[in-house]
Amino acid sequence: MRLGLILGEAGNGLRRNVSMVISVILVTFISLTFVGAAILLQMQIGQMKGYWYDRAQVAVYMCTDVDDTGNCSQAEATKTQIDAVEALLNSPTLKPYIDKYEYETHEQAYQNFQDQLSGSPIASLVTPDVLNESFRVNLKNPDDADVLIESLSGQAGVQDVQDQRGYLDQIFSVLNAASATAIGIAALMLIAAVLLIATTIRLSAFSRRRELGIMRLVGASNRFIQTPFVLEGVFASVIGSVLAGVAIVGIVQFFVQGVLVQTLGTTTTLVGLGDALTVVPILIVVGALLAAASASVAISRYLKV
Amino acid sequence: MIRFDSVSKAYPGTTRPALNSVSLEILKGEFVFLVGASGSGKSSFLRLILREETPTKGAIHVLGQHLNSLPNRKVPYFRRNLGVVFQDFRLLPNKTVFDNVAFTLQVIGKSRGFIQEAVPDALKMVGLAGKSNRYPHELSGGEQQRVAIARAVVNKPAILLADEPTGNLDPATSAGIMTLLERINLSGTTVLMATHDAGIVDQMKRRVIELITGQIVRDERQGGYQTQAVPVQQGFGSFTSEVAP
Repeated sequence: MRLGLILGEAGNGLRRNVSMVISVILVTFISLTFVGAAILLQMQIGQMKGYWYDRAQVAVYMCTDVDDTGNCSQAEATKTQIDAVEALLNSPTLKPYIDKYEYETHEQAYQNFQDQLSGSPIASLVTPDVLNESFRVNLKNPDDADVLIESLSGQAGVQDVQDQRGYLDQIFSVLNAASATAIGIAALMLIAAVLLIATTIRLSAFSRRRELGIMRLVGASNRFIQTPFVLEGVFASVIGSVLAGVAIVGIVQFFVQGVLVQTLGTTTTLVGLGDALTVVPILIVVGALLAAASASVAISRYLKV
Repeated sequence: MIRFDSVSKAYPGTTRPALNSVSLEILKGEFVFLVGASGSGKSSFLRLILREETPTKGAIHVLGQHLNSLPNRKVPYFRRNLGVVFQDFRLLPNKTVFDNVAFTLQVIGKSRGFIQEAVPDALKMVGLAGKSNRYPHELSGGEQQRVAIARAVVNKPAILLADEPTGNLDPATSAGIMTLLERINLSGTTVLMATHDAGIVDQMKRRVIELITGQIVRDERQGGYQTQAVPVQQGFGSFTSEVAP
């Protein structure tokens, strides 16, 4: 009986306020789509970090006879210099940081170069002797790269020590900026959504102020008075959240998995449908909670006994 | 049943209190008229009993509850023991007579079965048994007030508060409403009625409490609208001249 009455009241409110309810749905829809996009971008960054940081190495480039940068003076690194660097890598100072390392010779470097740039005109111009020999070091913790750079940069025969994560950080900063923008827009839109829900509920309460007055007079409990309005807000907002969820799944399915995967090929991993589906319940819960909170605050003025 | 102990009520921003050190007791089953000019504090008095306001000073007890310390969340349950009727009826225009009365019971969670029994009883008692499917705008003023009274008493409250219930009605219709209130009173409900209607007060010969600028100047058994006996409370120097027509 009471449940039916409460639902009936909520339904009446929604019907009387159709245009406001539609605007609440749209604003929640758009704001939560941005929230979802921001979450997905963060997931993407996390995935890429996991994927690339595992592969990122510190490269210790040895001199070739064409180099005059670093500690080189246009002379190929000698066997003694190479052994000295290797000895340092095995020394008690550096060993604890290092997971494993391997030595890349001119021939291996040439082979990798040809593999990566096959078909490019530059590939045919390069000869093995101009490509640096290098130690490829995998660290236990990629954040310790500075230790290696400091210890090895000064060594004779070393041209350069490079943390390959440096290349990735630029990509991540772009993605982070995009994610921050999405969060910023989402925050603004969420404020708009919360205010709009509050206004809608106030309007709805105002149009029912006679009923509310009588309810208070005859001793309806605050919860009873409040619930239809909260339900009204939550209902509209959940519709918007579901639409946002559909949009997010659509974006991942058709844009990320459809277009981006085609374009980028296998160069990196991308967020998939599974990630999108974990975002959807988050969006719905956020939408429902925000609506419930703002509706309760909006209606509290009418509950003063 | 209702007890005021030196109750004062001052609204923020005003210098003169709406009620000034009012003490009185109303017993179970009494029929009490509350008279006084507009602004004399009648409405504040009723609002205090309803716990729509809390007193600035003094203590109020209604139905054994100390209203000063009654927490807000318990107020709705307290109000279920009171019935209220207003000058402007306050019916819901989009609900039928039956639904208007049933609404009261629905919102306090009464069962459908209870409502199906109690509402027709209440409508029969106020003499509207045949009009339960009408809408308020199809009824006369007197009939609308009867619906409002049915709504106020359908939950069998211990106290019925009436704020100028005959203010919008002609004398003949008012008399009908008064008969109804008297009948409700006879069934054991305490009735407290604020009114300007001298004829009704004079005719009924019930207890009369007169307020002037927030103070009780008269509390008379079987009184009239204007004082005819020596007032029970003295010491308010200015009241005699103010009471004069």
